[in-house]
Amino acid sequence: MVNLTIDGKKYQAEEGQNVLEVALENGIEIPHLCYHENLSPYGGCRLCLVEVTRNGRAFLTTSCTYPCLDGIIVKTDTPEVLRARRLVLELLMPLAPEAPQLQALARQMEIEEPRFKTDEEADDCIRCGLCVRACTELVGAQAITFSGRGYRKTVEPPFGEEALDCIGCGTCVFLCPTGCIQMVDKSAERTIARWQRTLPLKACSSCGRYYIPFAQIEFARQKSREAPAEDWFDLCPDCR
Amino acid sequence: MEVKEIERIMEKYDADRTDVLGMLMDIQEKERYLPREALRHLSEKLSVPLTRLYNMATFYEALSLKPLGRHQIHVCMGTACHVRGAARILDKLESSLSIKPGEVTPDLNFGLKTVNCVGACALGPVVQVNGEYHGNMSALKVERMLKRYSEADKEKTE
Ligand code: FES
Ligand code: FES
Repeated sequence: MVNLTIDGKKYQAEEGQNVLEVALENGIEIPHLCYHENLSPYGGCRLCLVEVTRNGRAFLTTSCTYPCLDGIIVKTDTPEVLRARRLVLELLMPLAPEAPQLQALARQMEIEEPRFKTDEEADDCIRCGLCVRACTELVGAQAITFSGRGYRKTVEPPFGEEALDCIGCGTCVFLCPTGCIQMVDKSAERTIARWQRTLPLKACSSCGRYYIPFAQIEFARQKSREAPAEDWFDLCPDCR
Repeated sequence: MEVKEIERIMEKYDADRTDVLGMLMDIQEKERYLPREALRHLSEKLSVPLTRLYNMATFYEALSLKPLGRHQIHVCMGTACHVRGAARILDKLESSLSIKPGEVTPDLNFGLKTVNCVGACALGPVVQVNGEYHGNMSALKVERMLKRYSEADKEKTE
């Protein structure tokens, strides 16, 4: 166990925990867009900036990637922190001007009109990498990746073509903070347009609802150590 | 690119997937780009996800998914070269070759790219061709340099 101070209060944390995790557990709000407790920290959105004082030195850092160390003092709402976060959000907004989650944050931070513009048309992606990490670490399909670097970085399937390894599970759709990955189920087909992928769906044998891509069933069977019963996927979760 | 050739490169690294960047660079050197089949083959044989290889291929400046020119010209646009007139050199190359940075001539002879500082600032403006440095460049020297490379090619084919 390590002892640290956040906003003047003392907390205990387990070794290896990051500052953001501990803050959130204790009800201290720090905005964050690229952090997810079940994924490796990435430090990509820079919104979770806090001020850390260690050995008498204070600096700004991302709380999602900073480990809890004995004796550190964390401040989450100094004027410097708030100003830095504001700037970060202003830089993110032009990338996804329509995203409700960013707009809500902008209202909180009282940003009316972000100062910046993008050269190219926004593709609504803020490069937070949640989809890439989820697809790689959680799902294991590894169908999408970052491509390029710097301001040219994007997320795409290999060669920018159909994501042939995508199983249509929709985890990326669910996690995307801007909603830029859309998934549409139309009768017996599921389409994730951003990954140029369309997959046939299996129907529930009881209620008839098309509920899961065959590719996902196949993938689950291959990955699971104990094979699910033959007829496990015949019924949808509601009918099971 | 022939499968045999890819296999040979893999062997050189004992098919150790931690050396995959080395393999990619060897393929790049041989083919002047990374053919898709080569990436697919490596991915399959080394059990490295294709997304991982694609990520590397687009990340590193030394790797390219499109064929580069036989003579790959890097024009330095770094600060030192910039103040010594790199823009004029680039202009000259663009008009002589009728291509923009990032493009290759239709005969694949020349490719043009801009880079930021090649570490030879005292020689600025610097142009690098196939790894050779050409310092103190001027429009006239660009002309001569291009001619020299084209003529060397002709000699080789004759
Ligand atoms: S949540 Fe920490 S940088 Fe995005
Ligand atoms: S700026 Fe061109 S070599 Fe350094």
